[in-house]
Amino acid sequence: MSDVALRVENLGKKYRLTGRPPHHSLREALVGLAKAPLAMFARAKPETEENTFWALKGIDFEVRRGEVLGLIGRNGAGKSTLLKVLSRITEPTEGSADLYGRIGSLLEVGTGFKPELSGRENIFLNGAILGMGRKEIERKFDEIVAFAEVERFIDAPVKHYSSGMYTRLAFAVAAHLESEILIVDEVLAVGDAVFQKKCLGRMSEVAGSGRTIIFVSHQMGSISRLCSRVICLHQGRMDFSGGTAEGISRYYARIGETPATGTKAIRRAGTGDYRAVDVRPEKPMFSTFEPKIILMRVEPGSDQKTGRCWIWVTISDEQGNPICQCDSRINDGIVNTGPQSYEVRFELRTPWLKPGDYYVSLQIRGFAVADVCENVCSFRVLPILPYEMALPEEGFEQGQTLADFAFQVGEVAAQTVE
Amino acid sequence: MEASTEPATRTHVRISPRSGWLLPSFREIWQYRELVAFMALRDIRLRYKQTALGVAWAVIQPLMTMVVFSIFLGRLAGIKTDGGIPYPLFCLVGLLPWQLFAYSLNQASLSMVAEQNLITKVYFPRLIIPLAAILAGLADFTIAFALTLVFMLVFAGNFTVTWAVVLVPVFVMLAVVTAFSVGLWLASLNIKYRDIRYTLPFLTQIWMFISPVGYPSSLVPAEWQFVYGLNPLVGVVEGFRWSLLGAPAPSAVLMLASLGMVAVLLVTGLMYFRKLERTFADVI
Repeated sequence: MSDVALRVENLGKKYRLTGRPPHHSLREALVGLAKAPLAMFARAKPETEENTFWALKGIDFEVRRGEVLGLIGRNGAGKSTLLKVLSRITEPTEGSADLYGRIGSLLEVGTGFKPELSGRENIFLNGAILGMGRKEIERKFDEIVAFAEVERFIDAPVKHYSSGMYTRLAFAVAAHLESEILIVDEVLAVGDAVFQKKCLGRMSEVAGSGRTIIFVSHQMGSISRLCSRVICLHQGRMDFSGGTAEGISRYYARIGETPATGTKAIRRAGTGDYRAVDVRPEKPMFSTFEPKIILMRVEPGSDQKTGRCWIWVTISDEQGNPICQCDSRINDGIVNTGPQSYEVRFELRTPWLKPGDYYVSLQIRGFAVADVCENVCSFRVLPILPYEMALPEEGFEQGQTLADFAFQVGEVAAQTVE
Repeated sequence: MEASTEPATRTHVRISPRSGWLLPSFREIWQYRELVAFMALRDIRLRYKQTALGVAWAVIQPLMTMVVFSIFLGRLAGIKTDGGIPYPLFCLVGLLPWQLFAYSLNQASLSMVAEQNLITKVYFPRLIIPLAAILAGLADFTIAFALTLVFMLVFAGNFTVTWAVVLVPVFVMLAVVTAFSVGLWLASLNIKYRDIRYTLPFLTQIWMFISPVGYPSSLVPAEWQFVYGLNPLVGVVEGFRWSLLGAPAPSAVLMLASLGMVAVLLVTGLMYFRKLERTFADVI
């Protein structure tokens, strides 16, 4: 088995739910000690079903050298936990993982960036944190700066950078990591389209050069582009392991099963200034010509930050292709400053969606991206066509949507021949 | 078909649940030495970028303290130094390792929580964090030391330079190790009990008074010398003064108590830290 890069056997991670915050105060501890000096030595409360939570259980898989493995699953399925264990940030409770080769982890873009330091200084710092030696960073310095397109500002403090420049620079450093195994977690979710394209391109390059990548994403387009194999996690267990197309269908099947109300907002990408909660279609099925209505509540994050945010809703079809993107700014659908919550009603009138299943993704954006919810809920469009006359499927199957159109056919009078 | 050749060396890491009490892997920390240097330099740079006084603070702090102590303890309270060393010089030299300790202690205690972002996102041996925090204190120390040398020139003739001067770096190291041991304990505890940070100013203040910074340790009666020496800083400060100024050597009892304490704190601190390290990312 000399070409195995990663082998995971029966990996599990358990969390105790104590219901108390993880840090106590010294004062409480001392008072507790005074009240019951022997309590320290008493055995901890026995673990029961209720107070333990297995974020991962029985995870088994192997990754060959040069493979790009996609790790998909709903929010809360355990993907980030698995990445954290593989990156040695947290310890597993049971099982083992064998990694052959150096590991580079990109779990968040810009880890360790200090706002007061310049871009140059931060490149060295971030590179060192990610495990690059000083000489290595010097060698790649120009490449990194060119990739990030920040040549002019490289000596300015990072706090003066725009959010786009910041993200590009952070990703540029990580993109030049020369580790045999690369672990990447949804870092593409917070950039703009151009940036995402660049990142994907870079990842393809990396994959092409024979390095092993484990890639987590909610964007099925990226997954199908890059990954030869996919593992689907569901509630901490392995739901599927195999070909990409099949895995993606499995993922969508799972989404269709349960409503998205339970997704943990903290685990999603975005600053959290606002979070979308309880995103649901008004009804599970619509006809083709009906307006499709999606309801949600937008709640401010715990920081109580203020800011103007708008909402993007993207409707994608079963293959993950986006049909349309809708920005709430067009009719002043702005979530405004203040700590109040909002009820949002989104109505899609046109285009007329073809019969089938559709998935809703949304983002809440302001100066920074506040919340990203990929495939947060789904709805079905019934096969009742909006036309006067019935039509066989061949009449509309090629298009992405149905259209409101009309033909006028008039006979041209025959030319009278003299 | 030829079998693929295995590369000569391929790093292999095995991740599995650990148990028991261990010491940190020093080899691993050595592998990450560049990162330690980076983080220490980053802290130093940040410190000096943020304040206009920046570098000057490293000089003003010991200087002002020395002046105040000289007036109130040296002159008004009439504290006598050993070996006829002028009080201001005596005090300044004592302040040097003390301030290294106090600064490093503060920084190390808060370092883990301050870097929680890193801890939850990147892997490196967590010990590096308080280590880098301590090393950053050496920058201030170097500047203050330069000031002290100037002072020594001013007061030349009032003290003797003995062979013991070669031990100065040893005592500086001892100060760093002491700060590291205590800092490590506090850093670990701070993650569990977040209100430790509020006890820090109080702790530092009391600690200064139980250390022979403003007064000589000979003030303490002989039967109490051992207990007094359990404060590891006693050995550090007196040793430093002895090696630099030729002050009377501290008693063996004192030194033994201090050194023993440092060793105990260091080993237990490392073990406790290592034990908690497993759960840092989950709890922070």
